[in-house]
Amino acid sequence: MKLTDLPAFAPAHVTGVIDTHDGDLISNRLRELGFVDGEEVRVVGRGPIGADPLLIQIGFTRFALRRSEASRVLVEKAA
Amino acid sequence: MDALTIALVGNPNCGKTALFNQLTGARQKVANYAGVTVERKEGVFHAPSGRKVQVLDLPGTYSLEAMGPDEIITRDICLGRRPGETMPDLIVCVADATNLRLHLRFVLEVKRLGRPMILALNMMDAAKKRGIWIDTARMEAELGVKIIETIAVKAEGTAALVAHLDSNIAPHVPEVKESGDLHTDVRRILDASVVMPQRTSLIDDRLDGILLNPFLGIPILVAIMFVVFQAVFTWAAPAQDFIEASMTWLGVFVTQTLPDGLLKSFIADALIGGLGSVIVFLPQIIILFFFILILEESGYLPRAAFLLDHLMSKAGLTGRSFIPLLSSHACAIPGIMATRSIHDVRDRITTILIAPLMTCSARIPVYTLLIAAFVPERSVWGFVSLQGLVLFGMYIIGIAGGLTVSLVMSAFRHDKSEHPLIMELPSYRMPHAKNLAIGLGERAMIFMRRITGIIFTANTLLWVTTTFPGKPEGATGPAIDYSLAGMIGHLMEPIFAPIGFNWQICVALIPGLAAREVAVSAMGTVYAVSGSDDAAVADQLGHLISSQWSLATALSLMAWYVFAPQCLSTLAVIRRETNSWKMVGITAGYLFTLAYIFAFLTYQIVSRLS
Repeated sequence: MKLTDLPAFAPAHVTGVIDTHDGDLISNRLRELGFVDGEEVRVVGRGPIGADPLLIQIGFTRFALRRSEASRVLVEKAA
Repeated sequence: MDALTIALVGNPNCGKTALFNQLTGARQKVANYAGVTVERKEGVFHAPSGRKVQVLDLPGTYSLEAMGPDEIITRDICLGRRPGETMPDLIVCVADATNLRLHLRFVLEVKRLGRPMILALNMMDAAKKRGIWIDTARMEAELGVKIIETIAVKAEGTAALVAHLDSNIAPHVPEVKESGDLHTDVRRILDASVVMPQRTSLIDDRLDGILLNPFLGIPILVAIMFVVFQAVFTWAAPAQDFIEASMTWLGVFVTQTLPDGLLKSFIADALIGGLGSVIVFLPQIIILFFFILILEESGYLPRAAFLLDHLMSKAGLTGRSFIPLLSSHACAIPGIMATRSIHDVRDRITTILIAPLMTCSARIPVYTLLIAAFVPERSVWGFVSLQGLVLFGMYIIGIAGGLTVSLVMSAFRHDKSEHPLIMELPSYRMPHAKNLAIGLGERAMIFMRRITGIIFTANTLLWVTTTFPGKPEGATGPAIDYSLAGMIGHLMEPIFAPIGFNWQICVALIPGLAAREVAVSAMGTVYAVSGSDDAAVADQLGHLISSQWSLATALSLMAWYVFAPQCLSTLAVIRRETNSWKMVGITAGYLFTLAYIFAFLTYQIVSRLS
């Protein structure tokens, strides 16, 4: 599933980041920031309007990602 | 020993500039958000042995694959690609010990360069407080890079680093193994050498739960801003009254003791009447910066950007524009510089163009002079000062104006591709009393230097043009009408009459281009010179204009000041940051046009109503 579909606070891990086009700089940056296969990830907050941006906990860090950015990240809910 | 050149590199917000300040005794700005440092800074210190160490402080970056102008500077220096810059002898990679999962990846990326380097593991005190246990020796072995623990905010926290730099150990060049994935290596190193009770800080979780709550977040943000502007007006009042009384006393003293003549006119009109009218605003500026510094240090600013991102994106901006625009409320110049942390070129240009619309602290003297003179001093709903409310309204008008301009710009833009946000939210931090005091001291110094520098110069020139040439023999009417300034003012008057400006305002607008506060000191001087015929001490400027101007003129001048680019330094920094005179022309052109239109509407409507 996409990170945007993950319910808040549900434990999950990343399975990958998809490129929306060749040389997608945003996807590349996301991978550099730690959105890589096997990394634990959680949605810990949502913006007040349109639930955008999302507040994402990855590794030891919190990032604000717009929905369009977060939808590049594929995740799997922890069993 | 030979001199040594070191470069501080690392992820954003890991404490490079704090380390730089501690090592070199510099007072560069530090705060708690990513992207405070956007340019290369240089400093020098002497180690105990006398060894000279030259330190480069570089903007933080997540990766050597740079995405914005700030990250490009760091990449180019690390790769030795920056023209006219020699490679540093030693790269000091700085990493936040509480954020190693992210920061170690960049350390490994730098290691791949095969340059002499060490790792400064910073914020060790914060890591201990959170129960994070790091086996430094083990990490050093796994990483293959010499590690030194530091606490950049404490004087003794950099002793080990200085001792290392002072030792004669040849800089260590780490062995470069062309291994595969950097993230895999980071996990291996962390598993071997770090034990942490939990990945997040409990305090951060709780605070974010409240401050970023979808229902409470924005009301809390508005409440904070509201309190700030109320405080600017109400808390400053006693100190302002005191300064004002001192200036009046000084004026009386000068006029009574000095013999009539040019010297007396200069001291009473240009110095006390002019500069004195600006210095009154020091307390307000200090209070505004007190709040801005607390917000910056606490880590709340990126949260505010998070809350506002969606709204700002609707207006064609990004949450990343928030911090540059908020800094522009202090001064547009650092605000425009801070846009280097906006990686999307379109967002960056839009932010630069609307930054001058944010109510900078130089407008405070203009607004508060007019508000105090024309808005009655009473409270609404029992506890809110009406004057503070009007000032708050001026800030809102500036922000709304900026958002509207940005909206219009985005409608005309052809490239509608995605604008990135991806913004790190740092851990909350208790603001340091010492940092706060230093920051406020710096701001007070900057304000005083403006007064004794640019404002003094512009105002002295103005005094000269209002005094010379003198009144011709046998002429009637006040002497200032025959002066150069008087003549210019009367020439300009027809252009500005439709927006309600009298010739005194017109005269003040010209030196007011140098800095906005000059308009106040200039009016102080113009009125003081005009009034010096009756030898009475110049009345306080506020009382004077409230009796001489109509409400429509006052409001029209405020509308003018919302938009008019009355600040040459801002235009100069736009030229430097965009490298384009065209952009300067567009900015100045659209701002003057809007200023005239809005001042015209304000004047015409208000004078018909009243």
